[in-house]
Amino acid sequence: MEPSQQDTVAQVLHRHAGQAHRLVQILREVQEHTHWLPAPVLEQVAQGVGLGVATVRGVASFYRFFHLQPVGRYHLLWSDNTTDRMLGSRSLAEQLCKALGVQAGAPAAPGALASVGYTSCTGLGDQGPALLLNQQQVLTRMDGTRVQELAQRILAQEPPSAWPEEWMQVEDHVRRADVLLGSPALEGSALRAVRGRGAQATLDELAASNLRGRGGAGFPTARKWQACRDAPLAPGHTRVVVCNADEGEPGTFKDRVLLSRQADTVFEGMTVAARVLGARTGFLYLRGEYRYLLPSLRAVLARRRTHGLLGPRILGIEGFDFDIDIHVGAGAYVCGEESALIESLEGKRGTPRIRPPFPVEQGYLGQPTCVNNVETFCAAAHIALQGSAWWKGRGTAQSTGTKLHSVSGDCARPGVYEYPLGVSVAQVLHDCGAHEPQAVQVGGPSGTCLAAPEFKRRLGFEDIPTAGAFMVFGVQRDMFEVAHHFAQFFAHESCGFCTPCRVGTQLVLRRMDKLALGHGSPWDLHELHALEQLMHGTTHCGLGATATHALRDTLQRFGPAFAARSPQAHLVPGFDLDAELAPARRATGRNDAQAHLDTLE
Amino acid sequence: MKQFFLDGAPVPFEDGDTLMAAATRAGHQVPHLCWHPQLAPSGACRLCTVQVDGRMTAACTTRASEGLEVHNHTPELTALRRQLTQMLFVEGNHYCPGCEKSGNCELQSTAYALGMADMRHDLLMPQRPVDASHPDLWLDHNRCILCKLCLRASRELDGKDVFAIGGYGAHTQLLVNAPDGRLGASALQADDHAAHICPVGALLPKRRGFGIPIGQRNCDTTPPPPLPQDADHGPT
Repeated sequence: MEPSQQDTVAQVLHRHAGQAHRLVQILREVQEHTHWLPAPVLEQVAQGVGLGVATVRGVASFYRFFHLQPVGRYHLLWSDNTTDRMLGSRSLAEQLCKALGVQAGAPAAPGALASVGYTSCTGLGDQGPALLLNQQQVLTRMDGTRVQELAQRILAQEPPSAWPEEWMQVEDHVRRADVLLGSPALEGSALRAVRGRGAQATLDELAASNLRGRGGAGFPTARKWQACRDAPLAPGHTRVVVCNADEGEPGTFKDRVLLSRQADTVFEGMTVAARVLGARTGFLYLRGEYRYLLPSLRAVLARRRTHGLLGPRILGIEGFDFDIDIHVGAGAYVCGEESALIESLEGKRGTPRIRPPFPVEQGYLGQPTCVNNVETFCAAAHIALQGSAWWKGRGTAQSTGTKLHSVSGDCARPGVYEYPLGVSVAQVLHDCGAHEPQAVQVGGPSGTCLAAPEFKRRLGFEDIPTAGAFMVFGVQRDMFEVAHHFAQFFAHESCGFCTPCRVGTQLVLRRMDKLALGHGSPWDLHELHALEQLMHGTTHCGLGATATHALRDTLQRFGPAFAARSPQAHLVPGFDLDAELAPARRATGRNDAQAHLDTLE
Repeated sequence: MKQFFLDGAPVPFEDGDTLMAAATRAGHQVPHLCWHPQLAPSGACRLCTVQVDGRMTAACTTRASEGLEVHNHTPELTALRRQLTQMLFVEGNHYCPGCEKSGNCELQSTAYALGMADMRHDLLMPQRPVDASHPDLWLDHNRCILCKLCLRASRELDGKDVFAIGGYGAHTQLLVNAPDGRLGASALQADDHAAHICPVGALLPKRRGFGIPIGQRNCDTTPPPPLPQDADHGPT
């Protein structure tokens, strides 16, 4: 190991006081200097934090953004959501690879200039196709011209700081604002309201508002806060407030916009929670794809400290000590699940925990921990300021207030739309200028796929709950392809912990691959149904249980798209004998017609 | 004493017991591969999936509570468990006829008990290495079912830290804590609990092949009781 690399690791270890629960941050910060994590680095880190080298390797190899093999100094990952593909990302990726002389996903030589690959949705579906550079910067709205210019600048080894600024421009695309996006960011007003009203009364107000979690599950926020507040506290422990900004559901990007425009309101909501719960520690778990927001978010935190809205004696209140640290994720969809997120915060592999104990009882380092979504904290801050009656004035009885929707796909105006809950799908489609929509995927691949006859249905807990993704598919799209792509996503993102999800997502993908080749039969569809039912009931966590939702819905609603891929009356093997002969062809240097089975009739 | 009901039979339990722990103590059989009475539960294999109040849940991670009605041996659960077992067979490279563990293998005996007659899916046939670096033990990743019994036994019973889990999804694998990542350089010793807990043929002692002939091994002589069978669907 070069001395400089050793020094870098030592400095990072020192900055985190060699604490094992900082491991994910340590690995991320080291890799920002070293580009990848060679064995000597892992050994030095393991020694520094007092863990076995296998444990450190196990953590590093869990996260998609940690590289145990060399990557290029310019490491470019194409966002691979289905909406990116609809915008032509795959062909642009090929052009970029050709221009750079690399292969997508291929390992790079140590010290190589560039490498190119794919990654799950980076949260820029309203301005794709998008690229992630070295997991630190994003490039938006890629097209053929940009790809060629990008390749030239990389080949000239030009630093990204010299690239055109508009390449990295991220638009907020707020198309419809209501109370959350239309109000100025809260810089202490909600906290002063809490000071006046008191912690218990604030919690009562939140309960009266009937606010439900915006991350998808819809658990009543006040009940979660109450449970965390009531959990017994061990000596030396504190309650912990965590904001889940691991916005990994493909097609979702509304938290990105809140963190860009309303960061103060997010932190204000967390601080309100801290006051209600009596918490001293707070974390924002920022998904690795949003690393580019880190400097601005840190600046907001620093300003709030200066203004007495964070740190010791907030608003001058004796004993109200609370601060927020930002934990940057490293590419793992499953970390959106709250117990997996806590594992990741503790520097471990992000696999969901056994519950009970629930995080509100024993979460971060065994302490009562309240995890809420970015949007939930924003709503809570506004409710603390304006009261429950004001909030309930919007939405429906069961679904109070407003909800942000990330609209993308086949529409004229992709972006973020804030509506009172209960809005119809048709209304959103109309407002976003959808072109002849045949389907909408609400809530992302783990959500609900709706076909045209269902567009009168409403977005809300009474009808269709949603975490906020709204992907529009026009009549020209092949819904089998969409489902196939979602199957690829889940097979890629399964954490691997439990049998049904680890193996099931692979088996679903294999069947879908087989159908895509036209080798499907009714039996294959039967097997897809069986896998869907198995995974729905037997997985360890909710993500595995929802991994086949899109498959179930599309099978049900777009049967002809699947039937077209299943022309065989009887089961035919998925095994492709001709493809298996490829090594023999390579060995013999043959690729003529006679060396292929299908020409040997 | 508090009790819950397993297929109608009362099962006494103590506070903090899981369904699995209490049922096992009372002499009931709930199929499992990753659970062990001496180790903290994992919940990974899902073979012990039972039905409680119409919901499916893993018996090894679900706490017992008074009066709970738990369904364990039903045709529906047998079918689900068989599918899970088939998944484990399909995922690795399990060739019983050539495996020293045959007849003593939990995966194999579970498959028999569940009436598994085929693999159902195409084999994934992963390419996995064999680690023969240890003087007394060998580790065949082809047969590993990621139950983590060795990992937990090493930490909880042996006070060592020989194993870890690496990768994700299809790439999930057992890692060995050693500079070169191989068993020979690890702290594992032949008399460790971790060296004897593998339910399949992934971690086995060397130089002890076929000491008991096949046909006279544990699962050969005391086969698990047959479970209620469902109609085994197959392509026709």
